[in-house]
Amino acid sequence: MKNIKTTNIQKRNNPLSVSCSVPIMDHDTVQLAHGAGGRLSADLIDKIFLPRFGNETLNKLEDQATLNLPPGKLAFSTDSFVVDPIFFPGGNIGELAIYGTVNDVAMSGATPLYISVAFILEEGLPMKDLHRIVVSMEIAAEKAGVQIVTGDTKVVNKGSCDKIFINTTGIGILPEDVYISASNLQPGDKIILSGTVADHGMAVMTSREGLSFQTRVKSDTAPLNGIVKNILEITKDIRAMRDPTRGGVATTLNEFAAASNVGIQLYDSNIPVNPDVEGACEILGIDPLYVANEGKMIVVVPAYIAGDVLKAVQKVEFGKDAVIIGEVTDSHPGMVVIKTPLGANRIVDMPIGEQLPRIC
Amino acid sequence: MKYLDEFRDPVLAKNILDEIHKTVTKPWVIMEICGGQTHSIIRNGIDQVLPKEIELVHGPGCPVCVTPLEIIDKALEIASRPNVIFTSFGDMLRVPGSNKDLFMVKSEGGDVRTVYSPLEAVQIARDNPEKEVVFFAVGFETTAPGNAMAIYAASKEGLTNFSELVSHVLVPPAMETLLSSPDNRVQGYLAAGHVCTVMGWDEYEPIAENFRVPIVPTGFEPLDVLEGILLVVKQLEAGLFNVENQYLRSVKREGNRQAQTIVNTVFEVTNRKWRGIGEIPASGLTVRKEFESYNAEKKFAVENITTEESDLCISGVVLRGLKKPHECPAFGKECTPTHPLGATMVSSEGACAAYYKYQRLE
Repeated sequence: MKNIKTTNIQKRNNPLSVSCSVPIMDHDTVQLAHGAGGRLSADLIDKIFLPRFGNETLNKLEDQATLNLPPGKLAFSTDSFVVDPIFFPGGNIGELAIYGTVNDVAMSGATPLYISVAFILEEGLPMKDLHRIVVSMEIAAEKAGVQIVTGDTKVVNKGSCDKIFINTTGIGILPEDVYISASNLQPGDKIILSGTVADHGMAVMTSREGLSFQTRVKSDTAPLNGIVKNILEITKDIRAMRDPTRGGVATTLNEFAAASNVGIQLYDSNIPVNPDVEGACEILGIDPLYVANEGKMIVVVPAYIAGDVLKAVQKVEFGKDAVIIGEVTDSHPGMVVIKTPLGANRIVDMPIGEQLPRIC
Repeated sequence: MKYLDEFRDPVLAKNILDEIHKTVTKPWVIMEICGGQTHSIIRNGIDQVLPKEIELVHGPGCPVCVTPLEIIDKALEIASRPNVIFTSFGDMLRVPGSNKDLFMVKSEGGDVRTVYSPLEAVQIARDNPEKEVVFFAVGFETTAPGNAMAIYAASKEGLTNFSELVSHVLVPPAMETLLSSPDNRVQGYLAAGHVCTVMGWDEYEPIAENFRVPIVPTGFEPLDVLEGILLVVKQLEAGLFNVENQYLRSVKREGNRQAQTIVNTVFEVTNRKWRGIGEIPASGLTVRKEFESYNAEKKFAVENITTEESDLCISGVVLRGLKKPHECPAFGKECTPTHPLGATMVSSEGACAAYYKYQRLE
């Protein structure tokens, strides 16, 4: 693997940050009544959610959002976020919930437009934690160019969920003539990865309680729709796009190989990995190819356009470390194979489940 | 990355490979002892680039793999108890016992936690005085000092709610057992680098001498493994059988005396069952009588649980280097990492899992 030091995502120089203090509430922690639809629910909406998420559609506080959509195909995606810890180096569950869904919508080639947010809160969650999450969701939505137009909040008994769960659903619009699918790969296509692997998964793992070493690893959580827009400006001839979240790059490429019934050949020395991330992976006995990313994408394009697409990806801040990591082949269909630095080939298989740190 | 990239340099690797090719004149069977070495060999494709004369067989050095089924069953029994917090390194959680694994115990409500160090388990015991905290102390000489230290620290502090389920194994007796077997094919050993970091390499000299096999304590990076193979092959070709240290940056002749002291203070040598191999005399460590209250087997009275191994699985033959994983009729069919029949398929260090993961191209 190739070591690349990434500068972590620049936080927006946020004018809101000066007014980010937690609103004065009757309670320091979330109460069951905050989800019961009465006065406390209204208080939560008025003081925590609306000041941050508010827009013309949401402010109407209807049971649904009614939207006028531009012409084109609709892309529609949903995801639930249950990450532990809820705050981790480089991000938190809130921005993850926005970017995760924005990215899933964008991987179709769509421009993400609107998003819904549903919270499940555990009673006792500190109000300041909720506020911090909501503020970062506002910033994330703005950065990704989406509006939060509908939402819901439930509060459950202590122990019935872990602090906070968030579901987001997003919609976007893509041109009628764009058709991107995991089943489109053809031999000869090139595989582009937008940057270093494994940053998010290792940031979360190394910040979990109990790990006795510290790292400078930070999550890569970021919106990818800017990269997608850049690519679509130069070509619609895109075979497949996906953000390799859970299961990492290895899982996504295995899904591509299976769906298209083609082989994938990777080059180990091309795959970028942050040295701190690699070190943490080494200590825990974990393969970075299987670790989650939250701000990276894989795009597969025909060879003739690969160089131009690579440049388009690299123009965006979150894609500046992009590289071609491999190609599609007609040998070993359904399998991903990596060329080791010694010149041997090994299979990069689907993971069985969560990667488990090794004894020694 | 510093201290890693130097030992993965493809140009230097090619130089060592060339020298191995130049040195070898006849077929040799070399066993790498440690599961970490097996992993490195398969992951880097070292076996694919060696001269065809050199056959690598994968030894018994994967702690998860050689932990007998009955110890897993004991762990499951203890972890299922309501007042217990059961702690373990991650890769023991998916090892199947007779009818479930620790993940299943967790899903049934058992408090099973992954820790990264036995001292974390001691901390959990400190933080939860009303609970019994048990650490699953599995492994070779490498993990023994840390596990011994956890018991020692708990006893110094007077913690009474901490104990360890100990299934430690020792490398030299297993090597002797393998070499004494009438069907032994192994002619040279890559000894386990980190075991030797703790224990030194004195204890390998009589084995090399008695069985006339070269033994080379070897590291885990591709250049380490290749150099270890080169040193073994040079000795084999010259008819030598010495202990020769490849892993100079980590292994000293006398090992780590402090680590040995803490191990000897807390543990004593005992007979130990090895999964797939059977009982080997004086091949394991158990908790000394002075620290008996930290021995979970006694504390939870699970000593009487006994379990027979499945006869479908040939992991014992694989662990002894007599067969390759893919020569097992169940390999990749009845036995996969999702439904493992034996522990060599479960652990990521296990020879069967490594084969399944990396080598189904042929």
